[in-house]
Amino acid sequence: MDAMSMGNYGVYVWSCFGLTLVMVLFSYWRARLRHKRVYRDIEVRIKALEERE
Amino acid sequence: MWKFFHQLASPPHFYRLAAVLSPWLAAPGIALIAYGVYAGLFLAPMDYQQGDAFRIIYVHVPSAYLSMMAYMIMAVSGGIGLIWRIKLSHAVAAAAAPLGAAFTFLALATGSIWGRPMWGTWWEWGDPRLTSELILLFLYFGYMALRAAIDDTAKADKASAVLALVGVVNVVIVHYSVEWWSSLHQGQTLMKKGGPAMDPAMLYPLLAMILGFTLLFGSLLLRRVRTEVLFRERRTRWVREMILSPEGS
Amino acid sequence: MKPRQQRMLALGLAAIGIAIAAAFTLRAFQDNMMFFVEISDVVAGNYPKQRNFRIGGLVVDGSVEREEGSMDLRFRVTDMACEIPVSYVGVLPDLFREGQGVVAHGRLGEEGVFVADKILAKHDENYMAPEVAESLAKHVENKTAPLRDGVSECNPNDS
Repeated sequence: MDAMSMGNYGVYVWSCFGLTLVMVLFSYWRARLRHKRVYRDIEVRIKALEERE
Repeated sequence: MWKFFHQLASPPHFYRLAAVLSPWLAAPGIALIAYGVYAGLFLAPMDYQQGDAFRIIYVHVPSAYLSMMAYMIMAVSGGIGLIWRIKLSHAVAAAAAPLGAAFTFLALATGSIWGRPMWGTWWEWGDPRLTSELILLFLYFGYMALRAAIDDTAKADKASAVLALVGVVNVVIVHYSVEWWSSLHQGQTLMKKGGPAMDPAMLYPLLAMILGFTLLFGSLLLRRVRTEVLFRERRTRWVREMILSPEGS
Repeated sequence: MKPRQQRMLALGLAAIGIAIAAAFTLRAFQDNMMFFVEISDVVAGNYPKQRNFRIGGLVVDGSVEREEGSMDLRFRVTDMACEIPVSYVGVLPDLFREGQGVVAHGRLGEEGVFVADKILAKHDENYMAPEVAESLAKHVENKTAPLRDGVSECNPNDS
């Protein structure tokens, strides 16, 4: 359990690594979500146009 | 050669290429980060002054580096877009901003958490390095707000590119702040004259983290640019054909 | 409100927000730079009398005195030319030790003692393992330990 305590700096060290992980995952999730939304919006519009023709 | 670049910059081609390329950047990036985290946390010796607290460097330095790198990508692509009117480069600039803001926030937050036990303060108002990095975050926010405020894409591209180019001054200030003024922040370690001032066992994991973060950033940027291209080309024939084609994507 | 007006409003608010934030940080920046005083100047009497200011330097080796059973602390700080005694009550940063770079915030009290209300520690850009630092210190002892009493050449009236 020595590694977890990090010479009593565990709170600081682990929170920094944890925060970094969260931010990277968040960025990835945001990128994915935005792509899905943009794609779906275009798809809906184009399919609607297609049906009218 | 020119033909190659021209093809690369053509939206449908880029759209397909980015999807293929993105995982190929992410995979080695994640591998390098996995090594860097393990070696940085468990294999590297502790620092003679800071003990184990120094290990925060492994997330702080890559984030801080990317916060400036992303800004330069944003400003340079904006500039290229202004001068040569390449649409793709404006899409790159627009896609880089939120990622840059995320890494700037990370650099500030991890620096603050590191500063508390070492320097004795979370934040020091008016410190040159800290202040200029905070202004960098505001610049990203301003850039995104400006883009969001202008509906006309061409106008938004131009206005935001000008803002990004003006803000480059601040990136220069961030970089040299520790040399020009007396800052609580120490000087350059990696780019010090005469080579990095760091134990090799500490240095290699750090270099792996920096490279790994850069690759991961590249992968995320490609994804975002791809979405941006799709949105900007939403009324074109190739998008229509792609969406109506049975495979889709 | 029309969408156009809404956009103008959003843009205006964003611009004002950024301007305020920039002005605020630049002001704090200015303040900090202006009220950082060289120890030599403090010794010579050139320091702001009506307000707090900052001094920076290295903690003199062997100068740290702790009051038994209390948080009271006294030490001297040098800029390698002049020295100034500092008194402080409170929690110290983990990096605080003799020979370390520190920044003290406070004011000049009686008998030329700098009464600090905040002590911040600096570290340098070198990172190495404790064993390496130890053996390095052994080999270049004279270079890494310049902070002995009596070596100062303090000429505060020069400027």
